[in-house]
Amino acid sequence: MSDQTLFSIFFSALVVNNFTLAMFLGLCPFMGVSARVETALRMGLANIFVLVLTSLSAWVLNTYILENAPYLRIISFIIVVASLVQIVEMVVKKIAPVLFRQLGIFLPLMTTNCAIFGLAIFQTNRGYDFMQGIVFAIGAGLGLTLALVLMASIRETSELSDIPAIAKGTGLTLIIAGSLSLAFMGFAGLL
Amino acid sequence: MNERPESERIEVQAAEAPQDAPETEQVSTFRLVATLAVAGALAGLLIVMVNLHTKPIIDKYKAEQLRLAVYEVLPGVARYRTLYLVDGALSAELPEGSKESDFRQAYVGYDEAGQMTGVAVSRGESGFQDIVQVIFGFEPDTGILLGMKVLESKETPGLGDKIFKDRVFVDQFFARPQTPLAAIKAGSGKGKPGEIDAITGATISSKVVVSVINNGVAEWLPVLEKGIPEEAQ
Amino acid sequence: MRNTTPSQDFVRGIWKENPVLIQMLGLCPALAVTNTVKNALAMSAATFFVLCCSSVLISSFKHLIPKEVRISSYILVIATFVTLADMMLQAYAPVQHKELGAFIALIVVNCMILGRQEAFASRNKVSRSLLDAIGTGIGFTIALVMMGGFREILGIGTFFDIPLFGPNFEPWVVMVLPAGGFLTLGFIILGMGFHEQRKKARAAA
Repeated sequence: MSDQTLFSIFFSALVVNNFTLAMFLGLCPFMGVSARVETALRMGLANIFVLVLTSLSAWVLNTYILENAPYLRIISFIIVVASLVQIVEMVVKKIAPVLFRQLGIFLPLMTTNCAIFGLAIFQTNRGYDFMQGIVFAIGAGLGLTLALVLMASIRETSELSDIPAIAKGTGLTLIIAGSLSLAFMGFAGLL
Repeated sequence: MNERPESERIEVQAAEAPQDAPETEQVSTFRLVATLAVAGALAGLLIVMVNLHTKPIIDKYKAEQLRLAVYEVLPGVARYRTLYLVDGALSAELPEGSKESDFRQAYVGYDEAGQMTGVAVSRGESGFQDIVQVIFGFEPDTGILLGMKVLESKETPGLGDKIFKDRVFVDQFFARPQTPLAAIKAGSGKGKPGEIDAITGATISSKVVVSVINNGVAEWLPVLEKGIPEEAQ
Repeated sequence: MRNTTPSQDFVRGIWKENPVLIQMLGLCPALAVTNTVKNALAMSAATFFVLCCSSVLISSFKHLIPKEVRISSYILVIATFVTLADMMLQAYAPVQHKELGAFIALIVVNCMILGRQEAFASRNKVSRSLLDAIGTGIGFTIALVMMGGFREILGIGTFFDIPLFGPNFEPWVVMVLPAGGFLTLGFIILGMGFHEQRKKARAAA
């Protein structure tokens, strides 16, 4: 169990050490899907859902199975993540087919999304217990959503401005990300 | 053959579980499961073999790092014992079937003559960036601090990382200050015992170290007062 | 089967199809652990190991892996080698292991490795796959060391722990912070775009 309070874990993952802008997790959707605020919001929410499930599964695995075989952690985690993403994909397809089409390739790409797998690993390394893990997952998911939505709204606005050709695309996205990361540094020391 | 369109469109597809096979191909489910099972078994075997080789090395390193840290924060110590916090009291033994890492640990140091010199404990709190983990030694009777070592810190390079790089700052903790400590702006000290000059420009990081030590001492003093279990001769 | 020569397979991944700078894969490690050159090299070495071993193994067994479970198999193989790399790093370079932390395990979700298996190793013979892996690995290393160098020199004033400037150098600390990672990669990409643009202009002139 870690010494951190639930609030500090949540708040840290949300803004102080924002999951995406400070810990570099979840960059694939950050760079790719974030051109429209609505899609970004939905992607973020899907991520929160998967993150919480992952946190639960990782906790179960860590507590009951991996005690005796810690070296199987990476393999078992990735299997769990891949399966969870598959299940979420099927559920979304059934419940919200429009959303499914909108998210397109990025839903199955969540398997190789650093954020999901990274959450499981960070949770393990920091020794979070059940409640701490869940709070971490929610904070991280909201932090990721926040970053996605911010990036999407900035890019939406920047589409109206005159950008030199060399900067269009990833170059600009990264610079924007850098500025956002700088801005979020203002939260440091809040805890 | 009726292949799912998604599997063609998407290169990096999530794991296609063998259960999908009946929808698509002539390859038997058995073969799919068998492939994964064999691959999994071989993978497991390889990992276990390497683990057998590396685990002793890793454990030895970890133990050595801990030993060095305890020796550093308990100056003059010749050896130490590890005690566990079980149900609010110190115990030299772990409960049946439990793991070391489930319990908080305290390291009691003894000098050459066999006298107890101090107790070292490790604690972490949120600093400016991430968690700052500190191990520190103190005398349980008087609450005097004997030394401290920053074990883990991701504080700002060049500023916050001075909490372990700046010898002047660190040496203050070895000058036997009286807990509870107070982090004050450098130069504004009134000479009260327990004052620690914070690092200019890294106030938060300095304060975290002080906070970790104060909270740690506050946590362990009542437990230590209950008594330290006798050593088995 | 590809019609490319072995040397083409090798050189391709180094610059023209550089996994990080051109294909934009493997960004998480590229940004997270490149605050110093040492960390960049350690991460590159670990990724290199996983990439080459996975490519060789998957290429050797490509005919035995049914299409339906190929992605799962690749992930299994990659995860195995990542576990091995993690264990060996922890045993033989514990300081580096601590610095890289969780990002060693995150090699397993590095799109670059999975991409190479899917795009190349599963369709070509072992020797070619190895060349492709080595080339891609070198490209990855170049990209990471470039970023690490940039960030360490500006952010701390050292290169591989060797101080470069006198004591009056005021380090640009933001470079070794997360924001600096984004900005560095952004500027490198901008620089490359600028270079491309000038090349095109000169060719058209």
